[in-house]
Amino acid sequence: MGKTTLTANLGIALARLGKTVAVLDADFGLRNLDLLLGLENRIIYTAQEVLATTCRLDQALVKHKQQPNLALLPAGNPRMLEWLTPEDMQTITGLLAERSDYVLIDAPAGIEQGFKNAAAAAREAIVITTPEVSAVRDADRVIGLLATMDVKPVQLVLNRVRPKMMANQEMLSVDDVTDILALPLLGLVQEDERVIVSTNRGEPLTLEDNPSPAGQAYLNIASRLCGEEIPLIDPSKKRHGLRARLINKLRKTTGLF
Amino acid sequence: MTVLDFINRLLGREKPSGTMARQRLQLVLAHDRSDLNPELLDQMRREILEVVQRYVEIDIESCDVSLETEDRVTALLANLPIKRTREFPLPIGSAISSGSGSGPAALALDRGARTGTNAEQLAAAGAETSALAGPSASRVPGTTEPGDPPSGIQP
Repeated sequence: MGKTTLTANLGIALARLGKTVAVLDADFGLRNLDLLLGLENRIIYTAQEVLATTCRLDQALVKHKQQPNLALLPAGNPRMLEWLTPEDMQTITGLLAERSDYVLIDAPAGIEQGFKNAAAAAREAIVITTPEVSAVRDADRVIGLLATMDVKPVQLVLNRVRPKMMANQEMLSVDDVTDILALPLLGLVQEDERVIVSTNRGEPLTLEDNPSPAGQAYLNIASRLCGEEIPLIDPSKKRHGLRARLINKLRKTTGLF
Repeated sequence: MTVLDFINRLLGREKPSGTMARQRLQLVLAHDRSDLNPELLDQMRREILEVVQRYVEIDIESCDVSLETEDRVTALLANLPIKRTREFPLPIGSAISSGSGSGPAALALDRGARTGTNAEQLAAAGAETSALAGPSASRVPGTTEPGDPPSGIQP
């Protein structure tokens, strides 16, 4: 849940930290990374032509206007799925890795061949999920699959966190999800309406100088990837409103719930 | 949350849905990860009981064999109260007569069984397989511990 948004925002955030970043849209069936980065009108060649060696890699790469450190390698025709092999993906990412500090692969949803191709080319993985039963169950299957493919470390980003519902225990808590999936937590992204606005415009939230909560969360994830230590604050435990205090007090004194 | 929900919660009538979500997930993931369907689990349960009964008399009524998951490790837990031990093991496939009398002992097939050499080791071998992994791809305990500290991301 939110793979492409994470890839776009993380790509911009890493570029802002001075890293050279290549983002690869491996979701050939339902490509969208170009749209979220606002680069959809500037695509000439795609990964397909690079693989067929009908164009050079730098001809296919689309540089971001505001963050020239970031380049996108667009997904080719959806029919690529029929013939693409894990080795092809490894070839492309190998080419990208030669010229970038970070290569981010936007994997397709599901656990089918498209996902396996993307995972075959990855050294490490970030699993992003929301605190809902179906999403966590799916994430568990993906983590199981990644473990068999020798991709590690695998880190977790929890998306669309609603602090109020978590504080009321009407949602799986951050601890629940990290306990169940047993992965180190890389980031917490709050539910944020600005995400929709940013996708409408094709301008990732991390481009802003004063980003909204979700944008700040993506920036923090980028900094953590670069080795910086930024504390993770569980937003559901941060509230000190009257009702939260009252509930906490009741919980402590009665031990009922 | 409506006021009624709040009152119900205060009186302990209703569990918060987040707690229910966690419990349901833990149950469903235990089965997903072990890749066992309920029929197979039931068959395995019967066979384990059969083997154990050849050596000791157990209280069938209060036997409990279930899957539990913690930290991505799924374990088969069996709680089999022993009534009395048999002097000689019964031959394989022999009819089992339920005896009376009781001895206060419990045999637990827990994770420790994985390192043991008893027949129940078979039962715990399904642990640590991921949801997708077939029997051939099962993870070897100790080699892919998920708690590994993350190293720096390399390009």
